[in-house]
Order: sequence, then C-alpha cells, then structure tokens
Amino acid sequence: MLNFLQMIVNGMAAGSTYALMGLAMVIIYKTTEVPNFTQGEMALLSSYLTYMFLDQYGVPYHVVFPAALVFAFVLGCVLEFVVLRRAKEPNILGMIVITIGLEMILMGFVSWKFGADQKTMPFPITPYDSVVIGKVFISTLELLTMGMVLLLMTGLFVFLRYSKLGIAMKATQQNDVAARLMGIRTDRIRMATWGISSTVGCTAGLLISSIVMQPYMMWDPLLKGFAAAVMGGMTSLPGAVFGAYMLGIIENLFGGYISIEFKSVVAFAIIVLVLCVKPSGLFARHYVKKV
Amino acid sequence: MNMKRVYYEDVRFFTSGVVFFWFVALLLFLAAFPFLFKNYYVYVANYIAINVIVAIGLNILVGYTGQISLGHAGFFAIGAYGTLVLMTKAHLPFLVALPLSALVAALFGFLLGLPALRLEGPYLAIATLGFGMTVTQVIGRVGFFGGRQGLHAPELSIGPWNLSTDRDFYYLLITITILLTLAARNIIKTRVGRSFIAIRDADIAAETMGVNLVFYKTLSFALSAFYTGVAGGLYAFVLRYIEPEIFTLLRSIMFLSMVVVGGLGSIMGSVAGACLLSWMDLQLRNILNIPYLGEWLKTLSQSFFSITGVSNIQFILYGLIMILIMLFEPLGIFGIWIRTKKYWKMWPF
Repeated sequence: MLNFLQMIVNGMAAGSTYALMGLAMVIIYKTTEVPNFTQGEMALLSSYLTYMFLDQYGVPYHVVFPAALVFAFVLGCVLEFVVLRRAKEPNILGMIVITIGLEMILMGFVSWKFGADQKTMPFPITPYDSVVIGKVFISTLELLTMGMVLLLMTGLFVFLRYSKLGIAMKATQQNDVAARLMGIRTDRIRMATWGISSTVGCTAGLLISSIVMQPYMMWDPLLKGFAAAVMGGMTSLPGAVFGAYMLGIIENLFGGYISIEFKSVVAFAIIVLVLCVKPSGLFARHYVKKV
Repeated sequence: MNMKRVYYEDVRFFTSGVVFFWFVALLLFLAAFPFLFKNYYVYVANYIAINVIVAIGLNILVGYTGQISLGHAGFFAIGAYGTLVLMTKAHLPFLVALPLSALVAALFGFLLGLPALRLEGPYLAIATLGFGMTVTQVIGRVGFFGGRQGLHAPELSIGPWNLSTDRDFYYLLITITILLTLAARNIIKTRVGRSFIAIRDADIAAETMGVNLVFYKTLSFALSAFYTGVAGGLYAFVLRYIEPEIFTLLRSIMFLSMVVVGGLGSIMGSVAGACLLSWMDLQLRNILNIPYLGEWLKTLSQSFFSITGVSNIQFILYGLIMILIMLFEPLGIFGIWIRTKKYWKMWPF
C-alpha cells in the first residue's frame, strides 16, 4: 500500500513537468490552432541563457530568474512576429512544419553554443532535499513544481476566462475576422499568446534543468506534455493538467508493477487508445468540419 | 498546347519526345554512375536512393491524401528489422524477405490508419508520433531483435551474384527505386490516386461522391508504409548494421522535411527534396572539412561557440530551409521548377 502511494506521488511529480509543457502548448493552440513543437526549445534556450548568466557571470538568482521569464516572453513574441506571422495561407501541416523547423534551429543553436555534454544548473533548491509526508517521500523540488502547476493553471484559467485580454484571445480563435471588426488587434493578441506560452514553458525549463541539463532535455517533457494536452482535448487547461497527471501516474504504476523497460512506451499507447475512443480528447467536444 | 483531350493523354507516361529523351539520358547516367565516381559517391547515391523511396511513400500519404505522419521512422524500422530477422532467423532469401517485411510494415500502416480515420491535425500528429516512438522503443528492448546492440546484416547474394560491395548493391537499389517511382507515378494517375486527392481536398465531399473513406485512407497509410518498409529493408544493407538509435523521431522529421522541401503532392518534387536534403545531411556531418567555410566556422566556434557542438549547424540549416520553403514557396522545389518553367516558356519574348 505504501509502495503504491509512493508510486502515485512519484507519478504526480513526473506529471507536473508534463503538465507545465502541456499548459504552454494549450495556450497557443487555443488562440492560434498551431500545435507548437518549438515550445520545448524556447524553454531550452531560456534555461541555457539562465545557466550562462548564473554560472559564468555570477549574477544573483533574484535578478536572473525574473530576467529569464522576461526574456522568454520577448522570445515568444519575436518568434511569432518574425516567423509565424509571415506564413502565407497557413494550413495545419505548414504550421507544424514551421514550428519543427524553428525547433531545429533553436536546438542546433543551443547545442552549438554550449556543446552536448551534461551541465549542472546552480539552482537554489537541490533535487536531493526531500520531505516526508506520512511515510511518503517527496523532494522539495517536486513539491515546488506541483505548486507551480496548480498556481499557473488557476492563474491562467482565471486570466483566460475573466480578463479582457483572455476574452480577446478566445474571440481571436473563434472568428478572426469578426474579432478584428470588433476592434481586437488579432495580430498583437497572437503575439502576446506566444509570449505568455513561452513564459510558462520557461518555468518548466528552469525546473527541469535543475535535475537534468543537456540539449535534448526538453524532448521528453515536450512530447509527453503534448500527449497530455491532446488527451485533455488540446483546448482545455484543466484537461491538459489532468491528462498530464494521468500519464505520469499510469507510467509510474506500469513501471512499478508490470515492466520498467516499457515505461515510456505506455504513455503513447494510452494516447492512441484514448484517441480511438474519443478522437478530440477527453474534455473537448468533437467538432466535425463542414464542407 | 497543353490541353488534354482524351484520358489516354493524361495517363501517358512520356508526354513528349523531350521527356523521353531526358528519361533515357537519366537511365544511362544512373547506369554509368559507379564507373564515373569513386566509391564514396556510390555510397552517397545509395543513401539518397533510400531516402527517395521513403519521400515518395510519405508524399503519397502527406502530399496526396493530406494526412500528417510523424511516425515513419517506425515503418522504416519495421522494414529494416523485418528483413534482417527473416533472413537470419528464418533463412529466407533477400528477394522474399524484403517484400514480406514491407508487407508487415503495410499491415502496421493499415492498423495505424484505422484510428487515423477519425483524427486530424495535432491529434493525428501525436498518434503517429506515438506509434513511431513505440516501435523504436519496443524493438530496442526485445532481445530477439538484438536489443541495444542491434543486428548485423548477413552476406547478400541473389542467385549467382554476390552483392557485397556498395557498387554491386547500387544496381539493385537503383532498379528498385526507379520501379517504385514509376509505380507511384502511375498509382496517382489511376482511380486510387484520384480518390486520394479527393480525400485531401475535402474528405466529406469525397465521401458524398462515392469515395470509400475507410478503404482509401487505410490504403494510403498501408501504401505509404509499404514504400517506407522497402526502403528500410534496403537501408539495412546500405549500413550493414542497424540499431534502434537510427530510427528516432528526428528521422521521421527528416523524412517529413524532405517531402515538404521537395513539394507536397508531386513525385518529382519528392525525388528532388530527398536528393537535396540527404546530400546536405551527409555533407554537413563533417562541416569543418568544407574548404574556406570550414576554417571560418572553426575560428568562429572557438571564440564564441563550442567546438564540440559544431556539427549541430546542420540542424540550423535544416530548420532554416524548412521555414524559408514554407514561408516563401509552399510548393517547395517543385513550385520553384514550375515558376521557372513558366518564366522561360515564352523566352525571349
């Protein structure tokens, strides 16, 4: 029983990083209907620059971390402005290809600049500290990540539902032309969306980089986060978080009870199964395009 | 001028004497290739031919049927491992093992096509991506397939011929490539191909016109997987050694970028895209050896970047090409070709 609880907690810890990436992807998909494969690498670039300033220039934490979030915001805006906005007659395949291209550029740049070897991020909380709740161990870093997920999810949910900008985002997604007629600057809204999403991604990147730091570190969280977001319906923030925790927990239980070898496969098998039953994910209405 | 009056004109292979001339010239060039260039370039040609087959197969799915796939490395792996296992464990001859494993890949393609009937956009992307990753992971962990160590290709001989060198294998590979290219071109011109295109343009409209969606979508997946499986089986003999690390997501992305760069919905575009990107892939692996540019990059890397990561420049260039093509010429190399042809048509007037 104790073992079981520990596995659930570990699964939730793993799910939290997926949840952060999933949240970031959902924000962009909600507004622009682009599945953003660049997400991971935007976070990667921000994390590596943070590492550079912390490690090589010795800038203190309380300056670097907020600066990293601001940088991530600007990076998202710039990418949208320079690349995504220039796409002519975008269709979904074209957008996927563009974001994959961007992803390769950023990843190539980071690996070129910093080399492919493992780095250690000087992070204020070491991943080895842990607290004991009941008899279940959980590291402080994992607790921080979980708290971050809940905070960001509620924050974003409230922001998207009640703030003016959030409603403008929804309008942009539902009908671009009508939104523009109502006086919404849709281009600027999209830019802001990319910025916000990149900031959320950057939070995930910083938290992950304290455990593992090398140029491929964001691939797994990105793909799992994407899978979680798809499972939750791609447009629903709580759906993405729920999907991410589900994936994390199932993965860990599968690893603990059935086979540790095929642990990372089971996530994708579940996704395919879920999509067979509910083709638009668990929390979204299935929408059939008219001719 | 260019008007087609009867059906026969549309399906005819050689639309003019000029086309026939260039086709024969190309065949002669390909036949003479191993005698004209040194061994390394024969290997390059083999590598390109493999990618041409995959790109054509993927284009049938992505370009003609309008379905996205990020999991073709999975079919590639099934083809490669299938061929080797059938040859070493079941002792089948190569010419039986290759089509058999391609058929297995096609079966998996059919199975993947079933959920794909209801999925589109990002949902389809994640489903295919998941498939590709699952295949690679499973193969990498099962001892029967060699696990992490991978498998070595056995000696290859067909009848009396022993195809142990790149040069010998080249002829077999080129023959298969040409046959598959012509087959793809003909499939697209038939009822099946027209159904694919109808599904791409509007699937509901196609269904109302009497196109059986279930049949043709799964057929498209299976056909595409078949091509990729054949390419995988052949690739095992180009490398002579396969391991799970070869069949990563990155390879699926590379296949997709070949199709996109070459031009969606054009067979000749896929050939061009595959040639360009696989040649670039091989050249950029040792980028520091390129004259002049290499020296400059070396000093640049030493002062601002890390010298160990310099090979990652190829990712930057790949990404740039993909983005630029998507932004400025969505039809890829094929689109550029069409535009140039139009521009010069009336020359010098």
